[in-house]
Formats: sequence, structure tokens, C-alpha cells
Amino acid sequence: MTDIAAKTVTVTDTRKTGRLALLSEFWAYFSENKGAVAGLVVFVFVILIAIFADVVAPFQPQEQYRDAFLKPPFWQEGADPRFILGTDAVGRDILSRLIYGSRYSLFIGVIVVTISLLLGVTIGLLTGFFRGAFDAAVMRVMDVFLSFPSLLLALVLVALLGPSLTNAMIAIALIQQPHYVRLTRAAVMAEMGKDYVAAAKVSGVGKIRLMFVTILPNCMGPLIVQAALSFSGAILDAAALGFLGMGAQPPTPEWGTMLADAREYVTRAWWVVTMPGLAILITVLAINLMGDGLRDALDPRLRRS
Amino acid sequence: MLRFLFYRILLLVPTFIGISIVSFGFIRMLPGDPVLLMAGERSLTPERHAELLKQFGFDRPIWEQYFSYLWNLLQGDLGVSLKTKIPVTQEFFTLFPATIELSLVAVLFAIVFGIPAGVLAAVRRGTVFDHAVMGTALVGFSMPIFWWGLLLIILFSVTLGLTPVSGRIGLVYFFQPVTGFMLIDSLLSGQAGAFKSAFRHLILPTVVLGTIPLAVIARQTRSAMLEVLSDDYVRTARAKGLPTVRVVGVHALRNALIPVITTIGLQVGTLLAGAILTETIFSWPGVGKWMIDAISRRDYPSVQGGLLLIAGVVMVVNLIVDLLYGLADPRIRHRK
Repeated sequence: MTDIAAKTVTVTDTRKTGRLALLSEFWAYFSENKGAVAGLVVFVFVILIAIFADVVAPFQPQEQYRDAFLKPPFWQEGADPRFILGTDAVGRDILSRLIYGSRYSLFIGVIVVTISLLLGVTIGLLTGFFRGAFDAAVMRVMDVFLSFPSLLLALVLVALLGPSLTNAMIAIALIQQPHYVRLTRAAVMAEMGKDYVAAAKVSGVGKIRLMFVTILPNCMGPLIVQAALSFSGAILDAAALGFLGMGAQPPTPEWGTMLADAREYVTRAWWVVTMPGLAILITVLAINLMGDGLRDALDPRLRRS
Repeated sequence: MLRFLFYRILLLVPTFIGISIVSFGFIRMLPGDPVLLMAGERSLTPERHAELLKQFGFDRPIWEQYFSYLWNLLQGDLGVSLKTKIPVTQEFFTLFPATIELSLVAVLFAIVFGIPAGVLAAVRRGTVFDHAVMGTALVGFSMPIFWWGLLLIILFSVTLGLTPVSGRIGLVYFFQPVTGFMLIDSLLSGQAGAFKSAFRHLILPTVVLGTIPLAVIARQTRSAMLEVLSDDYVRTARAKGLPTVRVVGVHALRNALIPVITTIGLQVGTLLAGAILTETIFSWPGVGKWMIDAISRRDYPSVQGGLLLIAGVVMVVNLIVDLLYGLADPRIRHRK
């Protein structure tokens, strides 16, 4: 009875810890989802196109060829072999405009997600942390934001600030941030009651450090998934604003703006209408596929045990 | 239930005040003074300008202006459209039935196709059918609907000549609106072919507006079904020897539908945002297109009023969804 310790078999935990191991575990779950990997490949491809637009694009996006108005894509009769996807009504190469347009869409996504994430997470942390009247007041303000259809509020904000790409991005970021506020607040409230937070409090960790360093990293999962969703949402909304003439202004080769006067061409030049929308759809679809994969990989409840 | 109802309605008050502040503040946040903005292109003499400032009360303190705005608002007075000189409320409610009709039919379309698709995908989990449905749903969810509408016009209207391009009904038909719903009014008019024409005009806008809700509903139904299908009571039902159709269609579906109904309710905002784009593409004479027109011609009273009314509608629909939900699930109404 005295030598229990001697009989105890030591079991070593062979699971790896540390960032690299976490990353490889994440990748193992993410790569199980074939759609997510396909989405990632397409997304990286779009990023490369955007970075190397100057090299890849056959023409300048604003360059007009007076001898080639509304030329169809290369496989159709009457095509001009110089313009692979045809030209628009003022003789600009559609492929080149799409390639340069990828810069705008990615830029919009990055800026909108950054602004709304920073704003939303900060507000969410503060409300979840301090609760009380402050929390109640802020959440009512967020309710007001959420009771306007997103696109309508963006439209009105743009009408207020004047139509431009910058204002469109600000408007979209403002209407997206309540989602981050709600997510962060809910996650913070769930974490607040846990032992590690109490331990940190007892050991005298300051409020700011407690919020941003102790709690925030444990709320990241849903925020990353939301970031992917709002990245694609931002691209769609910005394109919709451009389409309605309230986003990027012509002759900017933004994909939505390219569709702004497309209605005129539905009867005679289908490619002018089809190509920019296809670019939007493929990019957004790729990001959403990735988002689904991220959700599966980051949400432990969905994992197979 | 009454307490729940009271509590939910009480919660609306701060939201409504917030909405009214946003719509009140909107016109005052614009650079320049409101009288000049409302005058638009017309020029004003300084005397007339001062007179108008006084007439509209812009010389009074801002909180006094807000309360008189709120007072008028509660009486249904939202000002007069600069373009048509018709009261904004009247203009809004003349056009609103067109938007409701389109939205209702679109939601119906999304439910009729979305729920069965989601259920079948869940039952046949992992099969080619499941992957096809979920793949299509993700494409639908990622769709820029303004472009989708243009594509459908190219295919069905321009190339195949099957459906009309714009409007609610053929120009040869004319009758006084009774309900404001073209499908019903065309039947009531008794004119031959009127209903068919109204129906044909609705097809493409319905598909365009219904696409994203359809995708969302199909995805939500599938995941809710998957969760329910692995529950004990479903296994019990199967073990009792009930036919699969009954187990899936009655036992599982009823419980799976609760989150789906919430999802449908949450689509109202998306639907109205989508209506703006859909109505613009198909020249559908509803409030979405009216708002776009008002914004582009700087008709500020209309924009202001429309913003408030649309937000109000979303608020009320959310309330109704919440109440229905509380009615269906006692756990909700007893939670504070």
C-alpha cells in the first residue's frame, strides 16, 4: 500500500503543442473539405492576378480602340483576335478591365473587413466586458442599425456622403460592424465565467490586457468565419452599389460599375453583361467555399471526434 | 403569452426612437441648409429663403424640431415629395403592394423549393444528390442578383422570347387596383388573359429575388434535419417500424422547421434589400425602385420617409416572427 507511486505507469502525452502543431491540425481539418481547398486555390489565383495585373493584362483598362467597338469574344464570329473576351461599347478590352477590376474587389474586401472588424470587436469587447447600462444602450443602437436593410442603409449613407468608392466602403463597413459586435459580445460573455479568466483577474491582470490578451484570442473562431462571410458580402454589396451608380464611378474598372449600363446591351452584346458578373460570382463563391471550410475546421462541435 | 407580447412590444420603443432619429438626422447631416436642399435646382431669393426657414421651423432649436418631426410622424405626416408634390406616406403605400406581392411570391418560391431540397439532401447525406444541392445552394448564396436578373433576361426574354422584360402586366390590360396585388386584381377584373400576363411578368423577378433566400433555406433545412435525424426519438420512431416517409416528413421535419422558420423571418431585411435591385432591373413599380429614383434625383423628403417606413416594416415583421416563434415554442416565451 505504501508504494503506489512506484507502480504508477507514466503516460506521456504525445500530442504536439505550439503554433505549428495547431496550424497543422487546422490544415488537416480544412483540407478534408475539398470545396474549401478549391475555393482557396481560386482565391489565391485572384490575388495573384490582382498583384500582377500590370504583367498579365494585355491592355490598359482605360485604353479605347476606336476600330473595335463591341467585338465579341474570340470563339464567336466577327471577333477580333486581339481581344480574348471581346470589347465594350467604347472599345476597351474586357479581359484587361476584369483583371484590373480584381484589385478593386480585393481592396474593398480587405478594407471593409478591417474597419468593421476593428470597430465591431472593440465595441463587442467593451459591451461584453462592462455590461450594464452601457451595454444595453449600445445594443439598442446596434438594433437600429440592423433594422435597416443593409443595402438601403449603404445607399442612403452614400447619398449623404456622395457617390464614390471610398464612401461606399465606409458605408458597407458601418453596416457590417453590428454583426461583429454581437458575435464578440456573445463570445466574451461566455468566456467571462470561465476559470482561466478568474485566475487572470486574481493574479492582478489589468482590464485592457484581460480584454485583448486573455479573452479575445479565445473568441477568434466565430470571428474568423464572420470575416470570410463579410469579405464576400462586401464585394457583393460594393458591386451592387457600383451597379446602381452609387459606388465606384466610371471609368473605374470595378466589376459592379462595369455592369452599370449593361442593361442597354442585353439585346446585342451578351458578353459585356456576362463577363463582369461571372468574375464577381467566381470570386465570391471561392471565398464562401473557404468560409464553409473555415467554419468546419474552427468549430469543434462540428468536428468528428 | 401576454407578458411576452408586452415585453417584446416595449423593446420596440427604443428601436423605433432610434430609427426616427436616424431618419430625422439624415437630412440635417447633409452639407448645406435643408431649405436649399429641398429647393433643389430652383433658385431662391434671400427673403423667400428666410421665410421658408421659418415656415419649416428650421430656425428653432434642434430638439424642438425633432419633437415636431416625431409629432407629425405619429400622425402619419412624413412631408411631401419634391418631385410629385404628393405626400410621401401616400406615395409609399400606393407602391408598397407591388413590393409585398413580389416579396411574398419570392419567399413562397424559396420555401417550396428550398425545404424539400434541404430535406432530401439531409436524408441522402453524402450522395451525389446532396453534393449537387449544396453546391447549387452555395452558388445561389454567392450570386450577385442584379447580374443574375440580367442573365435571365438575356436567356428567357431576349433569346427565347418566353417572358416579358419589365413591368407588372401587359400594357393592353387596364383596370383599377382593388387589392394592389396584380395577381388578384387581374382575376377580379375578369379580363381574358390578364392573370396570365401578370403571372408571366412575375416569373423572372420572383426567381431573381427568391434565389438567395432559396439557397439559405435549403442550407438551413439540411443542417437542421441532420441534427434532428440523429436524435433518439427519430430512432425510436424508426424502430417502431414507421415508414421512412412518415419518420422524416412528420417526426423529424416538424422539429427541424423551428430554426428554418427563424431563418425565413431573418430574410425580410435581405428580401427588401434584394427588392431594390430586382425592381430596378425589371422596372417593377415598387418601393425599392422608388427609393433608388428618390436618391438619384435628391428627393430628400422621399428618401427620409422611405427609410423610416421600410425600417418600420422590417421592425414589425421581426416582431411578428418573434411572436410566432414564441407561440410555437414555449421555451422562448418564458425566457426573459
